[in-house]
Amino acid sequence: MLSYSFDFSFLLTTWPAFMRGAWQTILLAGTSIAIGFFVALICAIIRSGKNKLASGLVGVYVEVIRNTPLLVQIFIVYFGLPSIGLRMSAETAAVIALVINTGAYGSEIIRAGIESIAKGQLEAAECLGLNKFQVYWHIILIPAVERVYPALSSQFVLLMLSSSITSQISAQELTAEANLIQSETFRSFEVYLIVAAIYLALSVLFRVVLWAIGEVAFVRRRKLRT
Amino acid sequence: MSVNEAAGTRPRNEAVPGAEPIIVVDSVSKSFGPLQVLHGVSLEIERGTMVAIVGRSGSGKSTLLRCINALEEINGGTIKVCGHMVSMSDRASVKRLRSEVGMVFQSYNLFPHLNVLRNITLALTAVQKKSRADADAIAHKVLGLVGLADKAEAFPEQLSGGQAQRVAIARSLALSPKVLLFDEVTSALDPELTGEVLKVMEDLARDGMTMVLVTHEMAFARRVADIVVFMHQGKVWEAGPPAELFADPKTPELRQFLSSGL
Ligand SMILES: Nc1ncnc2c1ncn2[C@@H]1O[C@H](COP(=O)(O)OP(=O)(O)O)[C@@H](O)[C@H]1O
Ligand SMILES: [Mg+2]
Repeated sequence: MLSYSFDFSFLLTTWPAFMRGAWQTILLAGTSIAIGFFVALICAIIRSGKNKLASGLVGVYVEVIRNTPLLVQIFIVYFGLPSIGLRMSAETAAVIALVINTGAYGSEIIRAGIESIAKGQLEAAECLGLNKFQVYWHIILIPAVERVYPALSSQFVLLMLSSSITSQISAQELTAEANLIQSETFRSFEVYLIVAAIYLALSVLFRVVLWAIGEVAFVRRRKLRT
Repeated sequence: MSVNEAAGTRPRNEAVPGAEPIIVVDSVSKSFGPLQVLHGVSLEIERGTMVAIVGRSGSGKSTLLRCINALEEINGGTIKVCGHMVSMSDRASVKRLRSEVGMVFQSYNLFPHLNVLRNITLALTAVQKKSRADADAIAHKVLGLVGLADKAEAFPEQLSGGQAQRVAIARSLALSPKVLLFDEVTSALDPELTGEVLKVMEDLARDGMTMVLVTHEMAFARRVADIVVFMHQGKVWEAGPPAELFADPKTPELRQFLSSGL
């Protein structure tokens, strides 16, 4: 018979552990997003640049990452790298793997933005006397990132959710905490329902924060409410 | 302040007789791969004059303007602007050219992520190293000249085509160029919006700005231009004051072009 009586009483004692897990996830994902953004930006610049060799290498990196499972990438960093003498904590391995992963996806998003800038924009800027660096910064990079910022934000929220699988190497984060609580209380259903609710709240939080960053960074977005 | 002051040009009536033309195009040829587009084009443009380049689509008008402004490398001949040889490979020469020549495009090319004020001040602060306050003051002045003083805070997507094109003119004007190049700046506009842009150009001409424009507005060229240049098959086919050129075309090609109603 399908009867199950829910019992959330364990929350009284385990709530701080859930909150600690949530905070660890915020730190893990936040760090990975911040570093991952710069990796993505630099890769997008190289990938859309004139240097064929560098662009090709970044292309290989992007395709390899996008066509292999995140979990395997995490295992390679955490279990593989120590074999060549690179030993690190589970959290460091998690950040590195997440940065590598989001750097690849993010660079494709930013590259699409860079390639969407019309040639006429560059010529107009050139004719105004802007030098190559100024053109690149003011006319290509800033508008490109502005244009793809919504897609980038979604990618970053996805990264935060994906960070849950770093529990597989016991990195300290929400899902790992939940696994621990579950093994002590045996209330699997309740524990993972609560974890799901917390992830949902974290998604909302990340979206709001990313939205606010966009509002500050991109004047047009703020002024035109687009 | 007059347009002329803003642009730092010499009023027409002060043009020194016998002074070197501000632009000298000498036997310029230009090919795109196997396609030769300019065949030994020679053209002199005097300070303070408006020269209108007309001709069929594909006759090389845009290419000529782009060569003058070092957006295309020429394959033969020479171009001198303000006494200096134009060479795309010489960065110092291109830099100087950019400070002397402004260009306005058919597609406006305003920067969509910047409001009108910042579109204009970007080069003032980034290139001319002016302070924000000075740049803003100049921007407001040139916006006044094109009749858009109230649009400083608007974003390009909020402007009509005519307004966007006037902002683009103001943006070039803010840098005090000695010459302005216009490539079919009214061709993308609805007919009822071309007037406001042509009026700005006429004001500039009256204040002595040196201007080279590629245009299909024959009535405008006839009325305002000092010299009309008819290009055909990558050559300057005929050139002269509009009154003479329109009244008495020397070549059958120009006669046909004029009668085709373009
Ligand atoms: N970047 C380019 N690459 C190849 N062909 C070009 C390029 N720009 C212009 N052309 C060709 O050069 C010829 C002249 O073009 P253009 O100068 O734009 O003529 P117009 O402005 O008089 O209409 C056309 O046949 C055009 O197709
Ligand atoms: Mg053209």
